[in-house]
Amino acid sequence: MKRGSIWAWLWFILGLIYFFLPLYATFDFSLRLKRGVLSFAAYENVFSDERFINGFTFSLQMSFWTIVVCLLLIVPTAYWVHLRLPRVRPVVELITLMPFVIPAVVLTFGLIQVYAKAYTFFGTSLPSVLSLDLFTLPGLINLRDAVAARAPITLAFPIVLIAAYTVLSFPYMYRAVDTGLRAMDVRTLTEAAQSLGADTPKILWYVIFPNLRAALLSGAFLTIAIVVGEFTFASLLVWPALGPYIQLIGANRAYEPAALSVISFAITWATLGLLQFFTPEQQGQIAGAR
Amino acid sequence: MTQTDSTGTPPAPSKTSSSLWAWLGLVPFFLFAIAFLFLPSLSIFINSFQDNNGSFTFKNIIDLSEPFIINAYWNSISISVITAIGGGIFGFFLAYAVTLGGMPKFARPFLTTFSGVASNFAGVPLAFAFISTLGRTGMVTVLFRDVFGINIYQAGFNLYSFWGLSLVYLYFQFPLMVLIMTPALDGLRREWREAAENLGANSFQYWRYVAMPIILPSLLGSMILLFGNSFGAYATAYSLTGGGAINLVTIVIGAQISGDVLNNQGLGYALALGMVVIMSLSLIGYSWLQRRTERWIR
Repeated sequence: MKRGSIWAWLWFILGLIYFFLPLYATFDFSLRLKRGVLSFAAYENVFSDERFINGFTFSLQMSFWTIVVCLLLIVPTAYWVHLRLPRVRPVVELITLMPFVIPAVVLTFGLIQVYAKAYTFFGTSLPSVLSLDLFTLPGLINLRDAVAARAPITLAFPIVLIAAYTVLSFPYMYRAVDTGLRAMDVRTLTEAAQSLGADTPKILWYVIFPNLRAALLSGAFLTIAIVVGEFTFASLLVWPALGPYIQLIGANRAYEPAALSVISFAITWATLGLLQFFTPEQQGQIAGAR
Repeated sequence: MTQTDSTGTPPAPSKTSSSLWAWLGLVPFFLFAIAFLFLPSLSIFINSFQDNNGSFTFKNIIDLSEPFIINAYWNSISISVITAIGGGIFGFFLAYAVTLGGMPKFARPFLTTFSGVASNFAGVPLAFAFISTLGRTGMVTVLFRDVFGINIYQAGFNLYSFWGLSLVYLYFQFPLMVLIMTPALDGLRREWREAAENLGANSFQYWRYVAMPIILPSLLGSMILLFGNSFGAYATAYSLTGGGAINLVTIVIGAQISGDVLNNQGLGYALALGMVVIMSLSLIGYSWLQRRTERWIR
């Protein structure tokens, strides 16, 4: 037993080194913008850059809308499958696992093919109608500028981006909700609510949602962690999100990218570390933004 | 199917109409899946079999045998296999250390928390973290130069190469393994070990004949997940190499999206289709192993 635990310690310490060394090195590097002294100058540069603030706000908004869409799609569907159509469960489960089968780059490729075609088919009148008036989401920053500045092939509204992010968060959102539903007696709760005169939307809102609070919270946290720093979709669909901004800065500067990495890690840590701490049974997810 | 019982079950007509209603409840989800998963996949599939004029052809699939493309697949597959096995073994030992290795109690929640964060800390920031560590002026590089007098870049190391990228991928690979394997190792019951020892088995025999056969399917299954995890990775490789030094399938597809670098739209789609095929095969392998695992570990 004693020999075993020496090996255990060895692996554990090696793991810690692998985990912390890059973080420490990045933090150290980010402080060295001014020659000879350690300072937070790189962080000051980052925070005073308007593009950082805009990218961050944009990404936060994207994660908010992704969570909303994901909840509206997954919770009623999982509930319905649970209650009425248990035999469809394998199909729904398979669909939610698709981001594992279709890598982000490939999905982007297909999305552009489908929606850029529709976009050019309807001509120039479509973007001006769809993107700016009908599909403008309340509170989006400078959408008009974003649309004006984009490359010709891309999509004119973040609907497709939000949809892509929603697909990306399907696997763990569905799993969280499914586990939550298994843990409660859906049928009895539903029948009790029905006998009190509630209809399906009411049952979902007042009975199912509150019971899934922990599951939904963990799903939402994961979504924020993944969407805020996401690069592949945002960059290939040409949206001014945080991921592409960090990449852009990284190509041109030396110390600011290190500062941005530390900030990014702090965001991931804030969302996931806290989540893991409060719900330790939470599993890792397989299809993220690598 | 017989409706002869009269014990208050609803009669047949209302049953069919209610099941029709039941199907309606799934319409939003399936519409979404069709619009943003099925149609894009279908369009990649169809375009893989079309030439630039839109008529049917197998040429794109045949063109996948071009040396450049073969090389991209080879790099993508080998980096995924290497980091899946390397990260898988390292992650397994770590998971073993905190479950059965006799570590103090705090070690397990500590490790799983950090693994949860690390497995999600990927993409652009991860690449920059490693540049700060092992890049040409990175902390460890400088440390080796100043303290040991070794220039690791002259000694053959290069972060912006295949092996450098593998090292970076490992950062999100082994934590994922830890997260998957920790609960699986919990499934190894103490009674099994005791039973084996009572029958005179030593530690090696216990592992060889009892524990390994039980753990192996979930070990291999997890490694398949790790394989897919790095096979589809794009952001990390792109930002580490500035988009070109290592020829990976995802990088080529990304370049093809931004501007037709292959000079052949159809070939780009065939490339993407090939990725989906490989990912599907690995997922089928995973679910097969998963079913084997569930016989013993729940």
